Amino acid sequence: MPIRIGIVVFPGSNCDRDIYHVLKNIMHVDAEFIWHKREDLNGYYDAIVIPGGFAYADRLRAGVIAAFSPVMKAVKRLARDGLPVLGICNGFQILVESGLLPGAFMRNDSLTFTCRWTRLRLDVDGSRTPFTLLLERGMRLNIPVANQEGKYYVDEDTLREMERNEQIVFRYEDNPNGSLNDIGGVCNVEGNVLGMMPHPERACEIMLTPQYMHNNSTLLHGYGDGIVIFRSLISYLYGKGEHP
Amino acid sequence: MPVYKVNVLIENKPYISDPEGDTILKDLVLKGGYHQVRSIRVAKMLKVEVEAKSAEDAREMVRRMCDELRLYNPMLSICKVE
Repeated sequence: MPIRIGIVVFPGSNCDRDIYHVLKNIMHVDAEFIWHKREDLNGYYDAIVIPGGFAYADRLRAGVIAAFSPVMKAVKRLARDGLPVLGICNGFQILVESGLLPGAFMRNDSLTFTCRWTRLRLDVDGSRTPFTLLLERGMRLNIPVANQEGKYYVDEDTLREMERNEQIVFRYEDNPNGSLNDIGGVCNVEGNVLGMMPHPERACEIMLTPQYMHNNSTLLHGYGDGIVIFRSLISYLYGKGEHP
Repeated sequence: MPVYKVNVLIENKPYISDPEGDTILKDLVLKGGYHQVRSIRVAKMLKVEVEAKSAEDAREMVRRMCDELRLYNPMLSICKVE
């Protein structure tokens, strides 16, 4: 069976096609869109990506309405069974609102939509999540953010627990939105669910990456830094041995 | 059944920063000469109309709805049902 990755689509998602392009045309794996009304996902997918955008136009609060959609019931079941789930930007907000990841999002300190390149540092061992498998602790990635409610917040007790459990996966070296302790990406305790604010799918190709952001690591040569997130996932899925 | 009007006020906890309220205070209100204003906090109000047997039942149902459907985020905000 070839690897098949599901991309959840809500009314207002707008990075779904970028992720499809990366998976299909750069990673050469099977990718499918999943409309938010579907609830029967069991057995179809090897991993799920929840893309960025403005699901339900961010009404009430970014991600909260999408968190109650039928597809999220299915995603929660799959996540609890250990399937890799990646939420990017609005997808991260949806994972937080659905309780799959801890924390909450607030409006950026600037109060404005912020779209710019950031530098992320991996603050856990690469093996902590399927999406960081090919990275080493301390490695830096240049990946852009684009958000208005991107300021991550978590209460002190939960933060301590997350730090003890190695759940703070990425920190910004140039915090773009006022996130607590420079947090840019977190995982669940088990490590199979990752939420990240920056958009790796926008930084996979060298022609979409500004010259000064090019990374000379042999791991990434010829690609933008975001590709490592998807390569890690595919390596993880092949490594599980389910896909000869 | 009668219809009751219930107001839901969602505001950030006091120790959570509110840059929008700060901007209104610093860049509009104080610059506009209202120096006696000490603080401004931005909140959201939902005006709900609900069928119920009594005003108390209406408030109780709305409270339950706010908690169950996360109309407010309990990590950031408090929710008053009036």
